[in-house]
Amino acid sequence: MRAKYAVKQISVFLENRKGRLLEVTEALKEANINIRALAMAESAEFGILRLVVDNPEKAKTALSKCGFTINEQDVFAVEVDDEPGSFHKVVRVLAEDDINIDYTYAFVGDSHKAVLIFRVQDESIEKALEALSQNGVQLVEPIFFYS
Amino acid sequence: MWNPIESAPREEITAIQSKRLCEMVQRVYHLVPFYREKFDSLGIKPEDIKNVDDLNKLPFTTKQDLRDHYPFSLFATPMDQVVRIHSSSGTTGKPTVVGYTRRDMDVWIEVMARTLKMANIGPGDVVHNAYGYGLFTGGLGFHYGAEKVGAAVVPSSGGFTKRQLLLMKDFQATILCATPSFALHLAEVAKEEGYDLKNDFKLRAGFFGAEPASHGLRKAISEAWGIQYHEAYGLSEIIGPGVAAACPYGRLHINEDHFIPEIIDPETLEVLPPGSEGELVFTTITKQALPIVRYRTKDITTLHTEPCKCGRTLITMETVKGRSDDMLIVNGVNVFPSQVEHVLTKIEGITPNYVIVVEKKGVLDKLEVWVEVDEQIISGGIGALEDLKTKLQNEMLNELYINAKVKLVEPKTLERSMGKAQRIIDKRPEI
Repeated sequence: MRAKYAVKQISVFLENRKGRLLEVTEALKEANINIRALAMAESAEFGILRLVVDNPEKAKTALSKCGFTINEQDVFAVEVDDEPGSFHKVVRVLAEDDINIDYTYAFVGDSHKAVLIFRVQDESIEKALEALSQNGVQLVEPIFFYS
Repeated sequence: MWNPIESAPREEITAIQSKRLCEMVQRVYHLVPFYREKFDSLGIKPEDIKNVDDLNKLPFTTKQDLRDHYPFSLFATPMDQVVRIHSSSGTTGKPTVVGYTRRDMDVWIEVMARTLKMANIGPGDVVHNAYGYGLFTGGLGFHYGAEKVGAAVVPSSGGFTKRQLLLMKDFQATILCATPSFALHLAEVAKEEGYDLKNDFKLRAGFFGAEPASHGLRKAISEAWGIQYHEAYGLSEIIGPGVAAACPYGRLHINEDHFIPEIIDPETLEVLPPGSEGELVFTTITKQALPIVRYRTKDITTLHTEPCKCGRTLITMETVKGRSDDMLIVNGVNVFPSQVEHVLTKIEGITPNYVIVVEKKGVLDKLEVWVEVDEQIISGGIGALEDLKTKLQNEMLNELYINAKVKLVEPKTLERSMGKAQRIIDKRPEI
């Protein structure tokens, strides 16, 4: 299932320096990359920007060329109804199967639907996808993000 | 082995040293006013020096003495005998100038041939020489040595990293000569450019020197390129590279039939026995244009007289731990940049590039170590990076007894040097 549902996420290491984020967004704009989802985690001195984009290969090349330190991970996405309890249901499925969530972020899509992105340990991805699918959670194929 | 003297019995080496030392003392006394005045003021006559045991009667020479006699006042030969002149950059004051007669050049080429023979280099080898050419002795020293042993030399000098990689691959270089920081930079760029370091290149060994390199850095270079790492040690005041070179067992043999080494306590100037750590001092005993008596190198190391498995009987020196003038005293604790480097290279998730920043905060010194993170580590998230920081800080406290704040910076942000790496930024006001 991993082969079918894994979404390529790009992480960018950023020092907390003025204008550094601007350089990332500029590089992506110049390369005509569309950001489909993003999350930013930060400490006092540095941050990590997580991106799901429409063309991960092109984005990686553009960012490397501008000297950014990047890495790529597999994450997965699910689609839920935009209503109370939806997120809870997904998290509960994972918790019941003893799968630890490293981090998650979400956005509200069209027609009363929301998309949740999850990062779990690499070796747990397959197990997580099985559990979610068996519990009737709608998995999102990467084509949804890519152009 | 290039020359049988390298494995001669100790008595033979000592006898040669004694004979050459006496001749050299006569020459400097009669030909260089600086030494004559110094000897006279200490009440030393050339006749008082009968063998190597009398060496410690002689005065020291410092870099300042060379600067004070800029450019040629310490030369012991007329200028029409001088065939080569090299000079330091003079970034910390007046430059120091060194000169070579035709015979000095022969000595230099001889010790460089011995250096390259440490990796059994000869006809058929292609030596990619990325040391800087020009006034710096590194480039031309290796160049002439490589030609002497019959290898083909590619005089690429520094800079133009991508082009150098292309030449190394296309010309099938078997030997790389470079500063350690540039050797690592070449490896990093090669990876970025998509080269397979072990299959696209034919390198089997390398000679690295001109700046201190920790055990960790040496290992990183050797593993990245898949080559045997040979350290080369030298300084222009003594001859350039070729003063000492590491054999396949990793021991740095000093060409002591040309340069007599001593270890002194840098404070008391007392000579220390083999096995003690202190400042390295050299006396050149064959040089004609610029003979130097007991030159204080400022390099901190240890000499060993135990025989080596390679068969050479020449005395060995340990890798230079640091320089007595590079030694940082942070809140009363002695710190050498190479010690910090050693801690960094033991830990996964960072590159071996770093800068040490020292500042005064009130009465205390504040030490910050800036290190570049590795691409692999960022997939783990903020927590993993914070853990890495804490781990580095703890290691430095445990191993070096220093309280350093670690700052993680983006890779490639720290300056890559083409020559010698600048590792310390000392912002403390001078007292």
